Amino acid sequence: MKTGTLKQILLITDGCSNRGEDPIAMAALAKEQGVTVNVIGVMEQDVIDEKGMNEIEGIALSGGGVSQVVYAKQLSQTVQMVTRKAMTQTLQGVVNRELQQILGGSKSVEDLPPDQRGEVMEVVDELGETVELEVLILVDTSSSMKQKLPTVKEALFDLSLSLNSRSGDNQFSVYVFPGKKKDVERILDWTPNLGSLTSVFSKLTTGGITPTGPAIREALTYFKKKRSLRSLFSRDDESFFEESV
Amino acid sequence: MMMNHSLKNQFNIRPGTVIEGKWHHQQYTIMKELGFGANGIVYLAQNNKQQVALKMSDNGMSITSEVNVLKSFAKVQGSALGPSLLDVDDWIQRGSQISFYAMEYIQGPDLLTFIKKNGHAWTEVLILQLLSDLHRLHQNGWVFGDLKPDNLIVTGPPSRIRCIDVGGTTIQGRAIKEFTEFFDRGYWGLGTRKADPNYDLFAVAMILINMSYPQRFSKTTGDLKQLRLAIREKAELMQYEDILLHALTGKFADANEMRSSILQRGLTSAKSPSSLSQKGQSQIRAKKTAVTRQTKPKRRKSSGVLETLFIFTIITLLYVFYLYGQLT
Repeated sequence: MKTGTLKQILLITDGCSNRGEDPIAMAALAKEQGVTVNVIGVMEQDVIDEKGMNEIEGIALSGGGVSQVVYAKQLSQTVQMVTRKAMTQTLQGVVNRELQQILGGSKSVEDLPPDQRGEVMEVVDELGETVELEVLILVDTSSSMKQKLPTVKEALFDLSLSLNSRSGDNQFSVYVFPGKKKDVERILDWTPNLGSLTSVFSKLTTGGITPTGPAIREALTYFKKKRSLRSLFSRDDESFFEESV
Repeated sequence: MMMNHSLKNQFNIRPGTVIEGKWHHQQYTIMKELGFGANGIVYLAQNNKQQVALKMSDNGMSITSEVNVLKSFAKVQGSALGPSLLDVDDWIQRGSQISFYAMEYIQGPDLLTFIKKNGHAWTEVLILQLLSDLHRLHQNGWVFGDLKPDNLIVTGPPSRIRCIDVGGTTIQGRAIKEFTEFFDRGYWGLGTRKADPNYDLFAVAMILINMSYPQRFSKTTGDLKQLRLAIREKAELMQYEDILLHALTGKFADANEMRSSILQRGLTSAKSPSSLSQKGQSQIRAKKTAVTRQTKPKRRKSSGVLETLFIFTIITLLYVFYLYGQLT
């Protein structure tokens, strides 16, 4: 079955933005462009304050994604779980829209009797396994993140291990913010696995400010120019349903 | 984790609450909470005087996904792979919809608690039971995925291991849906997270290791070397060393082969017969008869011939005595 590409930004941060545009607005902008924004807040012993928490949840909410705040040592399991959860969520959304077109009105999967829901879920599962995925990872390298970076690197290896166990293709790229000269700096271009991260990560320097909003805005321009999943579905939705149901 | 907290707060269902399904109108009275995980909360509930386990989640799709797994298990003949599925429905509470399913309530301690209480003698039996269940599961195209002592309940008597929580159960060839790091071969750098039978066998080996290290341990070098050292430090693990290393490196063809290796080890190592429990021995005996089954009918035939000869001789002798009596 041929499906489009799911696009995600995975933001890993430990607190509040303090420069540039509102990151929640930028996440909404991403959603409009068919890119989901997920956020992971990393704690050490410190607790993220309420302002930071609100921002983390707000970005994920307006970016159509998933957020989670964790201690650094749980990062690996969380990163892969959040990514997969967001994937399923997006695919459910797509399937729901298709259902609404067929059934009419505001009917969704949840309105179907439990037995029929099972068949829809099988379609979502199948799509989650085969769909192409592009994840742009955006790592906060403000000074408080310094000692958490080795854990972040581990978690990203783990993410590529999880996603590469699917049959669909994956592309990852890694950006850090703030960059040396710009708000965002690329440290790894689009690649199917994150094995080459090791050498780059050890050389990273950490800076003072946290321009989360500008970082999201700029990250959006780095996605490959391909049709989004949504446009693909609305174009040949008939063939999709013939093949899968 | 945050998600669990918000989920827990969201439905703090008090004991005594009656839950009625929107579609099938079955009524369930909540008795107590049994446990909670990333995908929902499990309650003990009563329905028509029968105790059932009720799994609820605000994520309807994860409920549906688990129901799909349980339904396909039901098609496997005579299986005790997971709890049997009783009902699937939605509960409307304060305008929002919570999906749930009712399943058989599997009562008993989890694997580690059981072993702690009843002794290491049970380890072998329960692992053998687990492996034959896994073999059947694998033959039907599934991989359990999130295999760990917390998801294994020992019911009884007679003691029988049962798997609960099919949240990680995945169709072979796909990416494992849910896992726990300590039991995950990906975490230890010893393989992918693609669902194949060896993924579960790796977890079985880690369950045995977990029995000797109840606190578990974290990755340091994160490779076979670290796990091999952990095995060599415990005598009870050393007796399984080859089997464990085989499972950790994915060298068994299937769960049955791992099972036979454990049985063989029990037969050959006469050094520690005390480590075998009664049930384990009877299973080994069963295995022995299975091996010798081919030769057995022959032996029975020859003993039958002997019997006939014996009876014939006695009758002949009696007849001779009778004739002798008649003559005199």
